[in-house]
Amino acid sequence: VPDARTSIWTWAFGLALLAGLLVLPQVLSFSQREIAVLLVINVLVVVSYRLMTLTGEWSLGHVVLMGVGAYASALFSKRLGVPVPVSMLLGAVTAGVAAAALSFPLFRMKGFYFLIGSFAAGEVIRLIWKYFTFPFGGPKGLKLIPGFPDIGPISFFEPETYYYLCLVVVAVSVFILYRIERSRIGLTFHAIHWQDKLAESVGVDTFRYRMLAFVLASFFAGLSGALYAHYIGTVNPTRFDVEEMVYVLIWAIVGGTATFYGPIVGVVVLTVINDVILRSLGLDEARPMFYGAILIASVLFLPDGLESLVPKIKRMFGGAKSTPDRKVAEAREAS
Amino acid sequence: MTELILQTIVNAVYAASYMSLIAVGLVLIFGVMGVINFAHGELYMAGAYTVVALYSLFDWPFFVSVAAGLVFVGVLGLVMEYALFRPLRDNPLGGLIASIGFLLILQTTAVLGFGVRMAFIKPPTQAKIEMFDGVVLTHQRLFVIVAAIVLLTALYFFLRKTRFGWAMRACAQDKEAAALQGISLNQVSRIAMFIGAALAGVAGALTAPLVSPTPYMGHSVIVTAFIIIIVGGIGQIEGAVAAAILYAFVHTFVTTFYDGVVADIVGLVLMLLVLVIKPTGLFGAKDRA
Repeated sequence: VPDARTSIWTWAFGLALLAGLLVLPQVLSFSQREIAVLLVINVLVVVSYRLMTLTGEWSLGHVVLMGVGAYASALFSKRLGVPVPVSMLLGAVTAGVAAAALSFPLFRMKGFYFLIGSFAAGEVIRLIWKYFTFPFGGPKGLKLIPGFPDIGPISFFEPETYYYLCLVVVAVSVFILYRIERSRIGLTFHAIHWQDKLAESVGVDTFRYRMLAFVLASFFAGLSGALYAHYIGTVNPTRFDVEEMVYVLIWAIVGGTATFYGPIVGVVVLTVINDVILRSLGLDEARPMFYGAILIASVLFLPDGLESLVPKIKRMFGGAKSTPDRKVAEAREAS
Repeated sequence: MTELILQTIVNAVYAASYMSLIAVGLVLIFGVMGVINFAHGELYMAGAYTVVALYSLFDWPFFVSVAAGLVFVGVLGLVMEYALFRPLRDNPLGGLIASIGFLLILQTTAVLGFGVRMAFIKPPTQAKIEMFDGVVLTHQRLFVIVAAIVLLTALYFFLRKTRFGWAMRACAQDKEAAALQGISLNQVSRIAMFIGAALAGVAGALTAPLVSPTPYMGHSVIVTAFIIIIVGGIGQIEGAVAAAILYAFVHTFVTTFYDGVVADIVGLVLMLLVLVIKPTGLFGAKDRA
């Protein structure tokens, strides 16, 4: 029997979240608004990264593919004069095409080899940006990237308005990613992760599905890169280096990747801790140390990620009410 | 032209020496504990800063400082093993994140203690060997080459000829079977972590006067070390040494005759080629993922 009260609470939570997101820029300072824009973009990065990890492969090339989207969108709009909204989509498509091409060498590898192989492929792309001054601008990158065009009286130059633009684009993308995961394709990704030989034996072409996951994840990473490029107005090879990638990996693992919301929780909580709380404490040079200590504490004490706290909190509020998650847990314990 | 080529060979031998010290430590840790130690470059940095502190600031003799660096970084390895990798033994991704956390802590400590600027160290000796006309090998570089040969040979005999070495190799092959034979996983992990970290520390300590340490020097080193252990096949010590030599020669020659960025690209493409042809590295076992 579906629990009517649970769904009311879910709706209430969803509406409260939406309202909170909509009023957020009004209550933040200017610099915090900038952080909020980047946070919304990073949510798309980390959610698309999770789609990739569904097939069981951990890539270290995701941020570089985000960069492919950023560079491509910047070049299309700046050098060829393509309107920015179109160039953003073209950037995302470029990232998807790049991922499709990279699939052929990379999906010969698995596990740790894939991890490092994807890293190497990403580094090659990044070094190409660094080496060729035309058209990529060399180590200094591309500057004066055109911004998003005004729609009527609304200018997207301010972080406040750009925040709403990002919110809409990211919400639509996250919804699409959610539907993909819940579709047959998503189930197949799960199957490949847990039982790739079995999946193959029932006729699943694991290479094509791995490639599909990689291309879809890279498309949305490229889109987030395009959102980034036209907001900041400049891109350079250092912005997409392995250090940035490590942050994405950290968000995903500290948040937990077993659920759809885990990585989102990870990126939001860690960004708030690092950019709001630690910064306001005034620990400029020592900030990475505290961040490192928090990472260690979180993997030691919350090995299943921040997401494992959510059912506990739900139970605390819901009392002994039997939620679907709880039923699954009880069934597991009983077996 | 001949002397340029000879000089480049000498430089490549030096590069291969310190790269194999770092890569072998990383391989040892991965082989025994199954965890990717992202903080390995920072262990190398910690070795370099031990020399900055003891030799440059407190005027200790150079080789005493290097020995202190070996012990200090080895102990750091023991701390990592005890505090991070032991509780996370069944959680390789957790171990990876924990080592990134430790990396940030070490880096920040170096920044707070010594500042972000390069630390200049007066080389303990300016002496050099002139082999042919113009081909030069400084003693400082010679120390690194000798240390690599001596330490790696010692490690080889340790792993092949002693009970500890057998136990360690048994753990690398099959943890459960090794534990059933009465081998203590904790002790083997401790020893592996100490040796692996100490090798990185020695490499850092000996190269400190040559490279001008910065708190972020570990970054490029770890990237190179990953390439090397992948080309060699993960968990293969001989493979790591062979790959270090191959990579050092290719990289040094391309850097000398073209440019550093091209050398990086060539190194990475070479590695991708190896992986496409043989997805488990040159020396890797056939079926290890």
